[in-house]
Amino acid sequence: MSTNQEKEVLLSVNHLEVTFYNNKKRFRAVKNACFDIYKGETFALVGESGSGKTTIGRSIIRLNKTSDGDILYKGKKINGKLSKDDQKEVVRNIQMIFQDPAASLNERATIDYCVSEGLYNFGLYKDEADREAKVDQALEAVGLLREHKSRYPHEFSGGQRQRIGIARAMIMEPEFIIADEPISALDVSIRAQVLNLMNKFKEERGLTYLFIAHDLSVVRYFSDRIAVIHKGRIVEIAPTDELFNYPLHPYTHSLLQAVPMPDPRIEKSKELVIYDESKRDLSGEKPQLREIRPGHFVFANDREMAEYEVKLKEMEEFKKANQ
Amino acid sequence: MENNNIILSVKDLVVKFKVRDRVLTAIRNVSLDFEEGKVVAIVGESGSGKSVFTKTFTGMLDLNGKVTNGEVWFEGKNLMENKTDEDWLKIRGKKIATVFQDPMTSLNPVRTIGYQISEVIIKHQGKSKEEAKKEAIQLMERVGIYNAEQRYNEYPFMYSGGMRQRIVIAIALACHPKILICDEPTTALDVTIQAQIIHLIKDLAKEYGFTTIYITHDLGVVANVADRVAVMYAGQIIEYGEVEEIFYDPRHPYTWGLLSSLPQLGEKGSELFAIHGTPPSLFEEIKGDAFAPRSDYAMRIDFEEEPPMFKVTDTHFAKTWLLDPRAPKVEKPKVIQNLHEKLLALTAKGGIYGEH
Ligand SMILES: Nc1ncnc2c1ncn2[C@@H]1O[C@H](COP(=O)(O)OP(=O)(O)OP(=O)(O)O)[C@@H](O)[C@H]1O
Ligand SMILES: [Mg+2]
Repeated sequence: MSTNQEKEVLLSVNHLEVTFYNNKKRFRAVKNACFDIYKGETFALVGESGSGKTTIGRSIIRLNKTSDGDILYKGKKINGKLSKDDQKEVVRNIQMIFQDPAASLNERATIDYCVSEGLYNFGLYKDEADREAKVDQALEAVGLLREHKSRYPHEFSGGQRQRIGIARAMIMEPEFIIADEPISALDVSIRAQVLNLMNKFKEERGLTYLFIAHDLSVVRYFSDRIAVIHKGRIVEIAPTDELFNYPLHPYTHSLLQAVPMPDPRIEKSKELVIYDESKRDLSGEKPQLREIRPGHFVFANDREMAEYEVKLKEMEEFKKANQ
Repeated sequence: MENNNIILSVKDLVVKFKVRDRVLTAIRNVSLDFEEGKVVAIVGESGSGKSVFTKTFTGMLDLNGKVTNGEVWFEGKNLMENKTDEDWLKIRGKKIATVFQDPMTSLNPVRTIGYQISEVIIKHQGKSKEEAKKEAIQLMERVGIYNAEQRYNEYPFMYSGGMRQRIVIAIALACHPKILICDEPTTALDVTIQAQIIHLIKDLAKEYGFTTIYITHDLGVVANVADRVAVMYAGQIIEYGEVEEIFYDPRHPYTWGLLSSLPQLGEKGSELFAIHGTPPSLFEEIKGDAFAPRSDYAMRIDFEEEPPMFKVTDTHFAKTWLLDPRAPKVEKPKVIQNLHEKLLALTAKGGIYGEH
C-alpha cells in the first residue's frame, strides 16, 4: 500500500467542533474531529444515529456552523466567513446526496426542474439547448429516460428517486460528493444498482466520496478507508481491510459484531457484545487519536495504547496460526 | 419434523385493494402453515405483500382492502369469517399481537408509558390497578428498561427509539399472545440497538412460548432470527424452507438474486450483482412466473404458465419451473455457491466474530 505522503489531500478536517444550543443547553455534536480525505478515494464515516456523522457532512457543505477548527478544501479554508464567490465554489464542487430520496426532492417540481436546479442557481449553462443537453446526459448516466423529465418525483420508485438525487448532484460536475446513507432506504436489489452507479462515476470521473453510513457491511465493499465515530468522537480510522482485520477500539468491535451476517450458521452461534462506556476502565490521562500503525489511528491514552499494541500482536499471531 | 403442530394455517388467500377506479391484487393465492413455537421470517422487497399478508391475521387491512378469497385457520376457527370489530378484538392484541416498525404509531404520545402498559394488563387479565402496575414494572424490567419504577411515569417522547420499541414489545407481551408478528421492528433503529432488540425477542419467545412471524428485508436479520423462511415476490410466496435450506440450497431465481446482491459477497473493484428491472405492476394480471422478466433463467413456459409449488424436501418448497423434471439442469449462480465458506472466510480473517 502506498504511503500517505504520496497522496493528494483533497479535504482536511482539523480539530473540528460543532456545538448546538438548545434552550440554553449546550450539546457538543462533534468533538475535536481530525481526518484527511485523499483525492479519488472513498472515505467512510460510520456510526450510530446521533453520533455526529451527518453533522460533519453538513458542516463541510456549510449547512451547519462550526464552533471551532478548520475545514480545508484543496488547502483553502471553507468553514466560517467566506466571500460570496468562494461560497459558490464550495457549493458547486461539493455536492451532497441524501438518505431519504423523497424528502430531498421538491414534490411539486418536474424531474426536469429537480435535476436542473443547481444549473439555474449558478447560471451554469449557455442557453436552453445547453441546459437540456446537460439534463438529458445526467439522466442517461443514472439510467433514466428523457421521457421521464416531465414527470413528478412521486411517480417514481425509491430506487429511481435516489437516481434522480444522484443526477441532480452529478450535473454540477462536482469533484467531491458527500453521500449520506444513500442506500439505507432502498431494497437490497436496488441498493446494488445504486452502489454500482456510484462506483462507475468514481472511476469515470475521478470523484472522491465521503460515504456516511451506519452499516459496516456496505462500507466494507465500497470504501477505501473508514472512520468510526461514537458520540461525536472519532474513535478509530484505518484502511478498510485493516479495520476489518484488526479492529482495536471496543466500540468498533461492537459495531462490527452488531451487523448481522447473511449466514445462519454464523449468526446462530454469535454472541451479543454490548458497548458500555461506563463499564470501561477510563483511567489515565486524556486519550486522543493516535497512530498505532501507518494509517491506523485509534483514540487512546498511553495505558490503552499499550493494551492495543498487545491486542494487535495477538490478532496477528492468531491469523498466522490460522493460515 | 420435531414439531408438527400448526398454529395458524392460511389457505388460498387473495387480497385486493380498490384504488380509485382500479383494483390492485396485493396477495395472490397464498397458502402457508405456521408451526407452533417457530420463528418464521418473511422476506421480500418493498411492495411484495409482507405486511398486507400478515395484517389479514388480525383484521387490520386498510378500509379499501378486502380478502376476496381464502381462509385463515386459528384455534379451530376461520378468522376470515369474522365480521365485527368485536370478533377481531378477541384475536387482535390478545391472541395475535403485532410490533410495527415505528413504535410511535403504537404508543399514545399523551399517556405515560406506565399507564399504557397497565391499561392492557387490566383489560386483558382483569387485574387491579395496583397489581397491574406491579406487573407493568416487571415487564419493563424484563424488556430491558433500567429504573423502570421511575420511568413508569414518563411519556413516550422521553424515551429513545430503541426504548420505545422495547415498550411496544412489553405491551404486546402483557396479554400473553400466542403469536407475535414483528413487522420490521428494527428497520428504523441502529445496528447495535437492532441486535439487542432481536436478541430480546428471541429470548422472550422461548420464555413465553409464542410463535414469531418476523417481517424484514434484511437477510442478515433473517439468518439470525429464523427457523423457517418464506420469500415473497409480487404477492406470492415463491420459496419456503428451513433457514439453512434457503441460504445454502436456494432454488428460486429470485432467492438467488437476493442472495447474490448481498454487499458482503461483493469484491472490491468488480460490480455487485444487481437484479435488473422492477417488480411487475399489481394492477395488471400477471401471467406465468411473476419474476420471469427479471430472471436470467427464464424459460418460455415462465411467460405462459404459473409454476406450481414444487417440493424439494419435506420442509423445502419453491415455485419455479426450474424444478420441473423436464427443465434443464441449472446450477445456482457462482457468487452464492459455498456461501457459508465465503462468509466464514470473511469473519475468520476479520476480527468480527473472532476472539477479541
Ligand atoms: N391501502 C392500500 N391501498 C392500496 N394499495 C395498497 C394498500 N396497502 C398496501 N397496498 C399495496 O399492496 C402491495 C403490498 O404492500 P405491503 O405493504 O404488504 O408490502 P410490503 O412487502 O410490506 O412492503 P415494505 O417492505 O415496503 O413494507 C403494494 O403494492 C402496496 O402498494
Ligand atoms: Mg411492510
